[in-house]
Amino acid sequence: MDRPLTVTTDHGRAGLDLRGDPARRRRERLIRGILFGSAAFSILVSAAIILSLLGEAVTFVSQIELGQLWADGWFPRRGRFDLWTIFVHSLLITAIAMVVAVPLGLGSAIYLSEYARPNVRRVIKPTLEVLAGIPSVVLGFFALAFITPQVLQRLFESTQIFNMLAAGIGVGILTTPLIASISEDAMRSVPLALREASYGLGARKVHTTLRVVIPSAVSGIVASFIVGVSRAIGETMVVAIAAGASGGSLLNWNPLKGGQTMTGAMASLAIGSDQVAGDDAAFQSLFFVGLLLFLITLILNVASERFVRRVRQRY
Amino acid sequence: MATTLTTSDLVRQSLTSRKTDRLGTLLAVALLVSLFCVLGLLVTLIASIVAQGWGTLADRGLEFVQGALNPEPARAGVYQGIIGSVLLMVIVVLVAFPLGIGAAVYLEEYARDSKITRALTANIRNLAGVPSIVFGLLGLAVFVKLLSGLTGGRTVIAGGLTLAVLVLPIMIITASEALRAVPTSIREAAYGVGATRWEVVRHHVLPVAAPAIFTGAVLTIARAFGESAPLLLAGAIVGNFLSNGTMSTWQVVTEGNYTALPIIVFNWARQPQQEFRAITAAAIIVLLVLLFIVNAGAILLRDRFEKRAIRG
Repeated sequence: MDRPLTVTTDHGRAGLDLRGDPARRRRERLIRGILFGSAAFSILVSAAIILSLLGEAVTFVSQIELGQLWADGWFPRRGRFDLWTIFVHSLLITAIAMVVAVPLGLGSAIYLSEYARPNVRRVIKPTLEVLAGIPSVVLGFFALAFITPQVLQRLFESTQIFNMLAAGIGVGILTTPLIASISEDAMRSVPLALREASYGLGARKVHTTLRVVIPSAVSGIVASFIVGVSRAIGETMVVAIAAGASGGSLLNWNPLKGGQTMTGAMASLAIGSDQVAGDDAAFQSLFFVGLLLFLITLILNVASERFVRRVRQRY
Repeated sequence: MATTLTTSDLVRQSLTSRKTDRLGTLLAVALLVSLFCVLGLLVTLIASIVAQGWGTLADRGLEFVQGALNPEPARAGVYQGIIGSVLLMVIVVLVAFPLGIGAAVYLEEYARDSKITRALTANIRNLAGVPSIVFGLLGLAVFVKLLSGLTGGRTVIAGGLTLAVLVLPIMIITASEALRAVPTSIREAAYGVGATRWEVVRHHVLPVAAPAIFTGAVLTIARAFGESAPLLLAGAIVGNFLSNGTMSTWQVVTEGNYTALPIIVFNWARQPQQEFRAITAAAIIVLLVLLFIVNAGAILLRDRFEKRAIRG
C-alpha cells in the first residue's frame, strides 16, 4: 500500500515526508547490509592470513633456538633453517627472471604503445594475454623438459638437470606479459599532446619515444618492474619443478646447479608426505617462511602502488 | 658542444643532417626483436609440449582422459584430475562470484569516499598481490584445520574455498571496473523516476555491466583452473590414490581425496623416469584445451549477452 505524502512537523518545521514505503526502505537497508558484508569479507581474509601466519610463525620461533636460523644450509627435517640460503636462491632466480622479463616486456610494451599500427596491436595484444594465461606448472615443465636439455645443457656442459637458471628463465617468461601490460598502460596514458608537441618541434619518433614518452611514464614503468619482482619472488610451481633441491640445499651461488628458494621450500614441505599435518618444527617453518614472503611482497606492492599513483596524479 | 643535447639541438640536427636515422632504426629493430622473442617463446612452448605429448594422446585417446592415476605411466590417466578441477571450479563460482560482485557493487554504487572505503579498496588491491602459496597457508590453517568440521578436512571443499578466496580480489577488481564503465546518466535517469538505490543497481546498472562482469569472472575462473600452489597445502593429493568408485558424489565431495589437473602435471613432471615426460605433456595438452574451451565459451556467451542487452 502506498503511503500518501504526509506533511509532518519535525522540530517545529513543516515539510514533506519523501522517505516512501517503510517495507521498501527495510529491504534497501537489508541489501545494503549484505553488500557491505561481502565487501568487508576481504578484511576478514586479510586478518585470517595475518593471524594464521603469525600464530604458527611465533610457535616456530619459540620452538627452535635462534642459532638454527643461521645454520649450514636449509634442511628443515634436520633442524637446519638457514633463511639466508633460501633467500639468496630466491633473489638469484628473481634476478635471472628480471634479466629475461625487463627487456622483453618493456620492448614489447614500447612497440605496442608507440610503434604498432592498430591492426597489429589487435593481433599481438591477445597473444600476450594468452601467454599471461598459461598456468605456471606448464612453464615449470617447459623449463625442465625443454630449456634445460635443449638450450642450457648445449650451451654449458656443466648444467645440472635441476638448475636455477632454467627456473629463472621460466619465471621470467611468466612475468614478461605482466611487465608488458602494466608499462604499456603507463605509456598509453601519456597524453597525445606531449607527443604532438615533440613532433611539432621536429623531433623524430625515436627521440619522442625515448625523451618524451618514457620519461613521462617512468613511474608506471618502474611500478611494472616492482610488480614483476614481487610476482617472481612469489612464484612457486616453476621453481618447485625446475630448480630442484627438494629435500633441502646448501647455499649455492651457481645458477647452473639446483637450489631451494623460499617458495620451493614451502612447496616441498607441503608435499613432504603427511608431515604437514604434524606438529614438528619443520611444519611450522612453512608458516614462518610464508610470513616473510608475505611481508616482502606486501612492501613491494605498496611501493608499486605509490609509483602508479604518481602517474595518475600527473595526467 | 654540451654533453647533453637539448631538444632544439636535436631538431636542428635532424633538419640539417642528411644522415639516415640510425638510432631510430636501431630502436625499431630492437623493439621488434623483443616482441618476436616473446611470440617465439609462446610458439616454442606450445610446439615443444605438443611434440612431446601428442603421441600419447593419439595412441591412448579417450583412455588417457578417462583413466585413473597409476604408478605405471603407460596406464595412468587424468580422469580424477579433471573431476577434481571441475568440482573446485563449481565451488569457486558459488563462493567467489556472489561475494565478488556484491563487494564490487557496494564499493562502486553504495560506498561514499570515506576512510573505511579507502581502507577496503587498499586491502583488496594488496590481497590481489599476495603470492598464491600464501593463500595455500591460509587454506591449510583455516579451511583444512580450523573449519574441519565444516569442510571435512582435506577435501575438495577446503581446496575450493581456498581457491575462491584466492581469486576473490581479482573478481572484485574486474567487476568494479565493469560497473565503473556504466554511464552515470543511466543511474540518474532511474533515480529521476523514483527508483531506490537497489532498484537502480538491479534493473539498470547490472544488466548493462553484465557482459563485462561475466568476462572478468570467466578469466578469473581460468586463473583458478591453472592454479596449483595453494592446493598443495590445502589438501590436494600429490601422487596416486584409489578412485572413489563406491562413494556417492556427495561423499566424494565431503570426505574423499581429491586432486586437480595442474597438480597431476606437477607430480608427473617431478618423476625421474623418461616415460613420464610424454604423459606430463599429454596432461598439459588436456589442461590447455580445457582452458581454451572455458575462454572460448566465455567469449561466445558474452557476445550473446551483448546482443540481448542491445535489443533490450
